[in-house]
Amino acid sequence: MAQVNIRDDEVDIVIGALHLDLTSFMEDWRAVFSRFHLIIVQDPDLKGDLKIPGGFSFDVYMKSDIESVVGSSSSSVVFSGYSCRYFGYLVSHKKYIISIDDDCIPAKDDKGELIDAVAQHITNLMTPATPFFFNTLYDPFRKGTDFVRGYPFSLRSGVQCGLSCGLWLNLADYDAPTQALKPGQRNSRFVDAVLTVPARAMLPVSGINIGFDRELVGPAMVPAFRLAKEGKFRWETVEDIWSGMCVKVICDHLGYGVKSGLPYVWRNERGNAVESLKKEWEGVKLMEEVVPFFQSMRLSQGAVTAEDCVIEMAAAVKERLEPLDPVFARASEAMVEWVKLWKVVTSRLSNSAA
Amino acid sequence: MAGVSPTPLLKDELDIVIPTIRNLDFLEMWRPFFQPYHLIIVQDGDPSKTIKVPEGFDYELYNRNDINRILGPKASCISFKDSACRCFGYMVSKKKYIYTIDDDCFVAKDPSGKDINALEQHIKNILSPATPYFFNTLYDPYRDGTDFVRGYPFSLREGVPTAVSHGLWLNIPDYDAPTQLVKPRERNTRYVDAVMTIPKGTLFPMCGMNLAFNRELIGPAMYFGLMGDGQPIGRYDDMWAGWCTKVICDHLGLGIKTGLPYIWHSKASNPFVNLKKEYKGIYWQEEIIPFFQAVSLPKECTTVQQCYTELAKQVKAKLANVDPYFTKLADAMVTWIEAWDELNPSGEAPAKTSNVKAK
Repeated sequence: MAQVNIRDDEVDIVIGALHLDLTSFMEDWRAVFSRFHLIIVQDPDLKGDLKIPGGFSFDVYMKSDIESVVGSSSSSVVFSGYSCRYFGYLVSHKKYIISIDDDCIPAKDDKGELIDAVAQHITNLMTPATPFFFNTLYDPFRKGTDFVRGYPFSLRSGVQCGLSCGLWLNLADYDAPTQALKPGQRNSRFVDAVLTVPARAMLPVSGINIGFDRELVGPAMVPAFRLAKEGKFRWETVEDIWSGMCVKVICDHLGYGVKSGLPYVWRNERGNAVESLKKEWEGVKLMEEVVPFFQSMRLSQGAVTAEDCVIEMAAAVKERLEPLDPVFARASEAMVEWVKLWKVVTSRLSNSAA
Repeated sequence: MAGVSPTPLLKDELDIVIPTIRNLDFLEMWRPFFQPYHLIIVQDGDPSKTIKVPEGFDYELYNRNDINRILGPKASCISFKDSACRCFGYMVSKKKYIYTIDDDCFVAKDPSGKDINALEQHIKNILSPATPYFFNTLYDPYRDGTDFVRGYPFSLREGVPTAVSHGLWLNIPDYDAPTQLVKPRERNTRYVDAVMTIPKGTLFPMCGMNLAFNRELIGPAMYFGLMGDGQPIGRYDDMWAGWCTKVICDHLGLGIKTGLPYIWHSKASNPFVNLKKEYKGIYWQEEIIPFFQAVSLPKECTTVQQCYTELAKQVKAKLANVDPYFTKLADAMVTWIEAWDELNPSGEAPAKTSNVKAK
């Protein structure tokens, strides 16, 4: 199915472990994961030893590893809960990163075949994106399709794809109010499309099933937006929505693309939407401020790298959003801190490689 | 969720507009779905030819003589020898909704083998809101079995009215001539089970083969331009209408959806003929697209006609140096609006045209 040649040594699969026993998760993904190197980051709040089956090439990072890189003094960048995976993004030195939540397993497509989510993400990332004009037959670089009549020829070479946003069958990524209102609703619709989300259109990026080009947008994947009562269910977080919109604004500015659609993963049942809603609904409220901010965010001509862009965005967050809620002050600081960390760690890696 | 309410037929509120130059045999296959509706047939080409309409359909038919008679000198804005003439049908319709389809488009089957009622899907699309301000990763959130995803602001969940529903095609895809020449055997076999709103600020290539719209909301913007006989360009009629319509929808806060339904497109037109028609368009497009991307309509333009007239002014000012054709086109755009308003005076009973034929 993949049209591109995947160089295994260009890919890291980053797993944030929010549960100790990863045996069934890894076994379910063995056929897809086993050829790649894995970075497994244990949620620092999770006490105990991870259980990981044999036959994989992986590195595990725990609380102590995180502290030795970040320093044990309080940092505005917090790598706990779902954000632990960002530590994996930081220490990887591969070009492509694929990250999947540890409660997801491979899904089947409409023909009953198991979906290789990693291969699809890599295909999405290695083929051009087309953000400047909408193609009504979706991704024109997929086999069996093309640009339609009326698509300007000068736009047909496309741009590099920075982020690939996958989807979920079974338990879709709805917010708590929606899932609480429709407790039985499950996503059973397999939509056989990948498409580029147009330039300047914002979207809610779900961290459950993503891939990105670390070289292009790594610094923009910021673990910055942490709700006061953030928990261990996706209904109790919006950290990925924040980093996803940072990436989209930055991709729009730097001329990269963001794709959405395939691949699907099968998301298992977990948690209770009503309980999560009772515990944490701030996230839903805050979106009302967050989305217009990102929609109107414009970066300066001088911002030519992802790092520059993040710094500029952090300043805008501080200026425009901080007065609204203390969570934004923390987000702004975390963004600045993240870029510093990124520069330190990546230069350390390239020095040791030299 | 307990029983979904059936989609309304809208049989007295929707006209089906079909341009044709050959015959209407394709209507036999559509009979189960189209028979309740009134058809407006726009006969292109030689008016002395008789187009046979299958028995049992309620229709009105207009040939070139009728168009000239009804519009007088304004008939110059309606293309001849090109399916762009179909927009005459939009103008004379008195209904709220229009569905237009080409005469080489047939009923397609969904992956389960069931015949697709394209019109029903278009109606579903048009009667539910659009969401142009924030992209929903699970596509149209108003479809059964789906919803807005986490992170989608609640203040944006009401959506905006849907002005246009753009359907797709299985079998012969809508490729341009160069692509057809390079890939003569490519067929679209991929059924993508999605409808989605095209975001605000994004342009797209609109195809007129399988298209529905709310005539009351956006009708005057659906002018299919000057194509065919005596014109330097063809196969850009629906494109042009689509770009004008999208810009105006973005300005007025209306939405455009694309995706389902699929129809089965049976006939591949001759790529060499197509190349001759499109040739200039391929170059001009490189100027036209930046023009539409940069268009800004003043706040004072609050009706479609006002927006369209303003757009015509800007076309004349900014595209005239690309080719004198655009000056002609801009004038024709103004003529179109004048003709539209004459045939559709607001607040009065609609003017009667006398081509209605009973069952």
